[in-house]
Amino acid sequence: MTASERTDEAEAATPPVDDGARLARRVELPDRAPPHQAAPVGELVFDVRDLSVFYGDFQAVRDVALPIRQNQITAFIGPSGCGKSTVLRCFNRMNDLIETARVRGSVRYHGVDLYGADVDPVEVRRRIGMVFQKPNPFPKSIYDNIAFGPKIAGYRGNMDGLVEESLRRAALWDEVKDKLKQSAFALSGGQQQRLCIARAIATSPDVVLMDEPASALDPIATLRIEELMYELKKDYTIIIVTHNMQQAARVSDRTAFFTVDVRDNGQRTGVLVEFDDTGKIFTNPGEQQTEDYITGRFG
Amino acid sequence: MATRAASVSATDVVRQNLRGKKFSFGGIVFEAFLLLMLLTALAILVTLIADIVAGALPVFRERGVVDFVTSPLSLAGDTAGVSTAILGSVSLTAIVALVSFPIGIGAAIYLEEYASDNRVTRFIGTNIRNLAGVPSIVYGLLGLAVIVELVDVIGLGGPGTTNGRNVVAAGLTMAILVLPIVIITATEALRAVPSSIREAGFGVGATRWEVIRHHVLPSAAPGILTGTILTLARAFGETAPLLLIGVATGFFSAGAGASFFDQLTGKYTALPVVVFSWSRQPTEGFQDNLAPAAIIVLLVVLFTANAAAVLLRNRYERKW
Repeated sequence: MTASERTDEAEAATPPVDDGARLARRVELPDRAPPHQAAPVGELVFDVRDLSVFYGDFQAVRDVALPIRQNQITAFIGPSGCGKSTVLRCFNRMNDLIETARVRGSVRYHGVDLYGADVDPVEVRRRIGMVFQKPNPFPKSIYDNIAFGPKIAGYRGNMDGLVEESLRRAALWDEVKDKLKQSAFALSGGQQQRLCIARAIATSPDVVLMDEPASALDPIATLRIEELMYELKKDYTIIIVTHNMQQAARVSDRTAFFTVDVRDNGQRTGVLVEFDDTGKIFTNPGEQQTEDYITGRFG
Repeated sequence: MATRAASVSATDVVRQNLRGKKFSFGGIVFEAFLLLMLLTALAILVTLIADIVAGALPVFRERGVVDFVTSPLSLAGDTAGVSTAILGSVSLTAIVALVSFPIGIGAAIYLEEYASDNRVTRFIGTNIRNLAGVPSIVYGLLGLAVIVELVDVIGLGGPGTTNGRNVVAAGLTMAILVLPIVIITATEALRAVPSSIREAGFGVGATRWEVIRHHVLPSAAPGILTGTILTLARAFGETAPLLLIGVATGFFSAGAGASFFDQLTGKYTALPVVVFSWSRQPTEGFQDNLAPAAIIVLLVVLFTANAAAVLLRNRYERKW
């Protein structure tokens, strides 16, 4: 299939309008959303090369190469089983917790290979925070949820101040300032997830990984998380896995599209199809597979 | 109009069907049968308890509960009490708790949190489950052959002719007996802690030990506690191994002024054993009244332990 044929097909699916209007109509950009332009090139935070992940004999991801830059939001999208969460969990060595998981290739973080022999995964996770799909606060008070990370990291400063600062950054302070000693389970799902974000940034990481952070939340809570991500982008580098394409389009600067490659022998492996500026991925993707996915023809 | 008439009649059919409740003879018979089974089980239990209470009542009425539980063992039916046996059982249970909990909970934490899931650990897990099913008399043999000797060798053999057949040896034997159960209940409590809590801990940069210490153990504690209380109740009520490793089934006195060490390493007895020996005692009153009274004391202790376990579980049960 040639490029012109592909363009024809895309235009048949959606009436030809200029890119900006088309995107705005598709994703309902909130007011605070930055326009989707080519993101400024920040410092390279992660440099992923030839990354393959195996669970036992099963190859979950094959040959992923990605540069992730500072103070950008990078979104991973793709159908179920395409390995996007698996790749995300390589960035803070969370895959170490799965016994059969094996990683090949390199994930360089500021030039250091995270899978090098002398790298301490605990230190990695302090610098690279994570927010999970389902809000998972500790069964403790709101205060203790935030204070735990800094405490075990040996934080000696003003803990009350740090807790307040973290909660403020996560846009949760005003809602919980009078009940810091109450159980975190008393909060709503959206508040719990913002608490988890506050917990993740309390250890002052420079990267925050988010694994479908809004998939268990209602639309209002989702919007708040997304607004929060814009704010956090100023100080952190964010990588988000999402099933929600509109979300990726709304929040991210760069988008990586993964898909499942099915071999003849039935083996299913996740592969990276395309990685580009979000505006380009959603309006003028370079690959047919991406186009099919974002226009809803597949997945 | 034709379609309207048809639809009305269809509604009528539905109405008729809805009201056509049928009497299900088979269902009633089955329910009655199940109820009968339940009543049979209850009847057996109630008969047993009523029989025991009837036997024990004269003792409690004539001497009072306090006198019975504070009097030492005696050959005289009108003064015999269970204080010696309670002391023996309590020290035995304390030794079981001190020995089996650290070992059992430690083993469970290792198996559940540290050990990799491979053929060896699965083999170990299966065998722990098998050990939990080994008859207690077998542990009694082990106690007699190994632990009594060991206790004697390390100098805890005790005064006189005790030769290691004392509450220390009994406690150690019983600790080995309940160890598999402690490991199993603790493992299950740890397994019930959702992995999202562990991930959250690791996610903020905690080490494995910190995750276990601050999050997994506090979350699993109520479950572990419940299981271990039930385990202690088991140790408290167990008789067979004690008979083998030379619990005093006769009567003895520790002697006024005996040191704590002598009491601990000397001859001892335990509540279930007293029930056993009294029920074979031909002297007037022992079989008919004193044995049931001792059973009541034993049952009260066990029920209290079980109730405590249930209360703890309900109080600290977490909803995830």
